[in-house]
Amino acid sequence: MMAAIQTDQITLNLGAFQLHDISLAIPKGKITTIVGPNGSGKSTLLKVITRLLTADHGSVYVQNKKTTTYKAKEYAQTVSMLPQSKDHLPNLTARELITFGRSPYKSLLNNQITTEDEAIINQAMQMTNTAKHENRLFYSLSGGEQQKVRIAMALAQKTDILLLDEPTTYLDMAHQLDVMELLYHINSKYNITVVMVLHDLQQAATYSHHLIAMKRGEVVDSGTPKFLLTAGFLRKVYEINARVLYEEDYPLIIPKINIKER
Amino acid sequence: MTQKKRNLQRKYISIIAPILLIIVSFHGLTYGSVFISLPEIWDVLSHKGEPFHEQIIMELRLPRILIGLLVGGCLAASGSLLQGVMKNPLADPGIIGVSAGAGLAAIITMVILPQYSYLLPIAAFLGALITSLIIYLLAWDQGTSPVKIILAGVAINALLGAITSGIMVIYSDRVQAVLPWLAGGLNGRGWYHFEFMAPYAIISILLCYFAIKPANIILLGDDTAKLLGQKVELQRFLIIILASLLAGVAVSVAGLIGFVGLVIPHIIRIIVGEDYRFLLPLSMIGGATLVVFSDTIARSWFDPIELPVGILLACLGAPFFLYLLRRRRIL
Repeated sequence: MMAAIQTDQITLNLGAFQLHDISLAIPKGKITTIVGPNGSGKSTLLKVITRLLTADHGSVYVQNKKTTTYKAKEYAQTVSMLPQSKDHLPNLTARELITFGRSPYKSLLNNQITTEDEAIINQAMQMTNTAKHENRLFYSLSGGEQQKVRIAMALAQKTDILLLDEPTTYLDMAHQLDVMELLYHINSKYNITVVMVLHDLQQAATYSHHLIAMKRGEVVDSGTPKFLLTAGFLRKVYEINARVLYEEDYPLIIPKINIKER
Repeated sequence: MTQKKRNLQRKYISIIAPILLIIVSFHGLTYGSVFISLPEIWDVLSHKGEPFHEQIIMELRLPRILIGLLVGGCLAASGSLLQGVMKNPLADPGIIGVSAGAGLAAIITMVILPQYSYLLPIAAFLGALITSLIIYLLAWDQGTSPVKIILAGVAINALLGAITSGIMVIYSDRVQAVLPWLAGGLNGRGWYHFEFMAPYAIISILLCYFAIKPANIILLGDDTAKLLGQKVELQRFLIIILASLLAGVAVSVAGLIGFVGLVIPHIIRIIVGEDYRFLLPLSMIGGATLVVFSDTIARSWFDPIELPVGILLACLGAPFFLYLLRRRRIL
């Protein structure tokens, strides 16, 4: 297995969020999803990988190079990420926002958008099916469309690796599936390594090649979804009793509920 | 609002604002305790006018208007940059204490160290810079909030005001010379002051060009900016230095003039949006227009008394500030 990202004994203590001795490998050219209960350190791990946070101990390697040795712009040309969508975004059109994805390739004096940049931006909009919205203001778009525009901005960075922190949270089911299909398409057609944090285990299992489960700041399990997603896994990671069924290859998690006993 | 409508608004205001600035500047040349008509101004500019008119225009009104343009432009640019990088819609060099820092440094220079008064712009800049960094550090705790910056600014403002008053009491024999400066206005400012501030003002205004792109990316949020390969902390630091330079230049000549940096960027932002490619230059033009127009009113409406323009602007700006607090539900 070729690893796009490797972490070596990462430890970080932020008080509420902690990472303990995390060593893992994320396969190149695949979709990997990190799952786990709230507060298990999933987002913190993504932030350490993208250098938004610095680990107390341990190192991260991206494409076999230590992340701390990358220059800021060089790193942004290698790894892109969608943070959880709580950042205030200014009142810009979809196209203006996607154009910011070219920033890692610009400098203070050389910041003109070239025809090559335009071509890359157009391609990013075409990949995400957002070209029809290019002149609409970001805020006038629906939640799902906004998310696709943000993905297009990350794609305009032309990176080999794309990380997403809960890309489907706050979206209705139709838009959730839309975003998941889009990510699957991006991965399979353009061979971009996708790493994301998701809460919906059924979607995670359906669309990912590789799952990593975290709990209380530690990696507790990893593997292919079919192998991983079992009743035992749900008991161990989420402390719930549930059965896992498959309907046309789509996993169904049926929790044991105690409505009557209350 | 649609993109079409906003593009149209951007186009219109880019044409209207400079025209308005020219009209206001000529209005300033015309009005005052002596009315001088446009043809008479034309005569003066082509060296055929009456000596009396020539003296008023060339020695009094023209330098004063030019200083007003630079002061207004610098203050509004400073405000619009601070609002962006401090993520604070209420940031204004006057409100958060940056101008007070520049003012204190200027008072110290003028009253205690008068032999160094040629260093006034640099002293004012350093005062502004140190104050803005202190406020930023005080309000910083895993990010800042508008409320924290305002509160830290209010406290710093009070402290600096107290020190300024203390110095004035201790050196009361020398205060007379700095009183016109202290009131915040353009009374009695002439070519000497213009020549003294213009190089600093023009350099800092030109430097604003380099702030546009980083300021725009910082608007996306610190995390997003970092993920786009930006050195956000460094860029924010440099932009704060630039904003301090702009405020310091204005304060060194015009004293404490508040609210220009708050009111103008807000109005411009409503019209053209947050994009600094439009916001920054149009704020400069708007600030210049407001200061020159207010100064014309301040010196002609209350004739023979010349009201310091800082007082007039505070009377206009304070209610606007309160209106913003209500409308945006910031506190």
